[in-house]
Amino acid sequence: MFDIIKKSRMFLTVSAIVTALALAVLLFNFMVHGKPMNFGIDFTGGTMLNLRFAKAVSVGEVRQVLDGYGLGESTIQKSGDQDILIRTKPLDNDVRTRLLADFNTKISQTEILEADVIGPTIGKELGQQAIWALLLASLGIIIYVSFRFEVKYALAALLALYHDAIITTGIIALLWRQIDITFVAALLTIMGYSINDTIVIFDRIRENLKKTSLAKKKFNEIVNLSIWETMSRSINTVMTVLFMVLCLLIFGGEPLREFSLTLLIGFTLGAYSSVFVAPTLLALWHHNESKK
Amino acid sequence: MGLLKKPFLEAVDNIVSASKRVSCLEEKRKPRRYCRRFPFCHGLKPAELIPRLKMLASHCFYMLYLQPMSKNINQLRILLILGIIAASVYVLIQFPLNLGLDLQGGTRLVYEGQETEKVKVSDDSMAGVVAVIRNRIDGLGVSEPTIQRKGQSQVIVELPGIKDPERAIALIGDTAMLEFVEAEWLPGDARGASPEKVKEFYGAEARIGTVKEEQDGRVVSEKPIVLKKTVLTGADLKGAFPGFDQYGNPVVDIEFNDNGAKLFAEVTARSVNKPIAIILDRKVISAPNVREPIPSGRAQISGNFKAEDVRDLVIKLKAGSLPIPVKMVETRIVGPSLGKDSIDRSKIAGVLGFLFIVAFMVIYYRLPGFISVLSLAIYVPLTLSILAAFHTTLTLPGIAGFLLTLGMAVDANVIIYERLKEELRLGKTVKASFAAAFDRAFAAILDSNVTTIIGAVTLFFVGTGTIRGFAITLTIGILVSMFTALTLTRLMLNMLVDAKIVTDPNSKLLYK
Repeated sequence: MFDIIKKSRMFLTVSAIVTALALAVLLFNFMVHGKPMNFGIDFTGGTMLNLRFAKAVSVGEVRQVLDGYGLGESTIQKSGDQDILIRTKPLDNDVRTRLLADFNTKISQTEILEADVIGPTIGKELGQQAIWALLLASLGIIIYVSFRFEVKYALAALLALYHDAIITTGIIALLWRQIDITFVAALLTIMGYSINDTIVIFDRIRENLKKTSLAKKKFNEIVNLSIWETMSRSINTVMTVLFMVLCLLIFGGEPLREFSLTLLIGFTLGAYSSVFVAPTLLALWHHNESKK
Repeated sequence: MGLLKKPFLEAVDNIVSASKRVSCLEEKRKPRRYCRRFPFCHGLKPAELIPRLKMLASHCFYMLYLQPMSKNINQLRILLILGIIAASVYVLIQFPLNLGLDLQGGTRLVYEGQETEKVKVSDDSMAGVVAVIRNRIDGLGVSEPTIQRKGQSQVIVELPGIKDPERAIALIGDTAMLEFVEAEWLPGDARGASPEKVKEFYGAEARIGTVKEEQDGRVVSEKPIVLKKTVLTGADLKGAFPGFDQYGNPVVDIEFNDNGAKLFAEVTARSVNKPIAIILDRKVISAPNVREPIPSGRAQISGNFKAEDVRDLVIKLKAGSLPIPVKMVETRIVGPSLGKDSIDRSKIAGVLGFLFIVAFMVIYYRLPGFISVLSLAIYVPLTLSILAAFHTTLTLPGIAGFLLTLGMAVDANVIIYERLKEELRLGKTVKASFAAAFDRAFAAILDSNVTTIIGAVTLFFVGTGTIRGFAITLTIGILVSMFTALTLTRLMLNMLVDAKIVTDPNSKLLYK
């Protein structure tokens, strides 16, 4: 049986480096693009038009029409042969109506698939709400896990969760994927779900600590034993969920793509951190505590 | 009664022996140390608490999965399962799931109240805004709109399935402040007079406006007019109806209430051969000259209207004006095809994911795996029916959340079956292993699910709209999955044992 705890410093170093890299990506983006992540209009305010034209359409044609409104700088993306995604600053209802009428006459009959206009104040509120949500969820998890286990279990689990959340954010930032409110939902889901495997391992540690037959074992050994005893369940529980996330990512269509991608990255990291980060942190903490 | 008594007594025995077991364990292993390690539970014996709660919960189901009381127990269990399925199917038929705006198409608008000099943003004024908006939407004839306040100054309006969002937006957001103003045509030599001069000459409230005449959307003439004093407002109206003038142009016929009719009679009496300006949201829409006093309290508003304009103006006048102006801060329009597309795609994703999970569980965990697939098959209608019974609106993130819970629902089974494997390896009988596996896995399942629910509940309180749908489906899904995993799976596994289908711990049907 491979001793994970013995190599704990290695796992923790790797995780710390990757977390630091993820933060570096955010900093890098901030220097290059002026913002850490590719915030969508949910956060910044703006207009998003997802249009379906009756005939195949090119980005150039659409840009030409937008130029007439001084909106030539908008992001225009093809999301299908006839589908166009436009992102631009917040537009008045009147301007939007005239714009659509222009598309109808100058290009071809247009159908609105989706049209969002979000004022800048709403976006700001959302950013604050997102931070509140992450803090509240952390607090809830700390309180519950401290109550059921111990404070240090809670902190170890939470550090592992932040590790998952930060690296996921870093990867999404690196891919420069546009994020919206569902990204926040995905992060909270990752936090809520990835802790499950950690809890299963902690539960086993709690149980093994009570076993008389293991009374002579050191804490580290018990942790390592518990990790291995629960290994197949750690893997299998995540696998079933990852099946579903993969299906959503591949077949779920455009609106769920960013969401399922974030979940895929986060759940995978969560599986790793549940086994290699949370218990090793716990063991390290216990070790340092008992040395004093 | 005797039938039920025996298992009940056994359950009590179980509690007693469980707490005894715990206390001997504690005696052997420095009991005080354990308690000290619980920061919030000094002096309490938390280890005792959990098995007790657990046993209490199992009491509710003792009849179903303790000792078989009679030969008919399996029939009873099958009946119970069929009952659950029938009940959920019945609920689903009775209360079909509402589809959210993102799935059926529709418009979501968020308005923010704007403070004016006269009226502040307050609970009263915002309640007025909500009431007026509700009246206007009723006039629009949208089925099942939602209008709710958010925070101090915002109103969220959701209009499912409307075909013409632009019209709704124009209708809802206008203040629709109607004013009848005593006026006078500005003499040609007074053009360019300063506002002070105008006030000096025509009274303290006087200001200059323009009457524009439009044809086919183009302004053909502009005429300055002195607006002297507002005499009547939309609040003095009793009714408004669409109509036509003598040339067949669409107009709005209005009727004043008693007080309004009196005032209108006075004003028209002193304004013969002078205009009365009709102003909507600070724009002069017409300024007809008064030919004779009008005592009837009836009047006509004309002004280059199209038939649709008249229809919408009538709705606005009937609903009244907004107490404070509102600004649209968020608009989301979803066309009907996008939602249909999303539903179709998530169906495919869901079915494929489900099949993957089925294949995995059956191949890996064999017969128990098959049982968990059966309870997953019950989980689906059960969860959907509970969502329907709570009148939850299904959104696209909600569907994603539901599909995720399918993957999470088997987690509890995985935890139990992995435990079962360990118990079987210890050489226990099949029945004892089942019991021990459920018993021991309980704490892990409870703790891990509670943490997921903490995340979901936070999301519910912080998120809005579609994200709330996701949070609700996730929470209900997890709760139901705990029920199916801990009771239905257990019940069906006990059926196998009691029917003597699996008796050999080394059976190929079990995964060891």
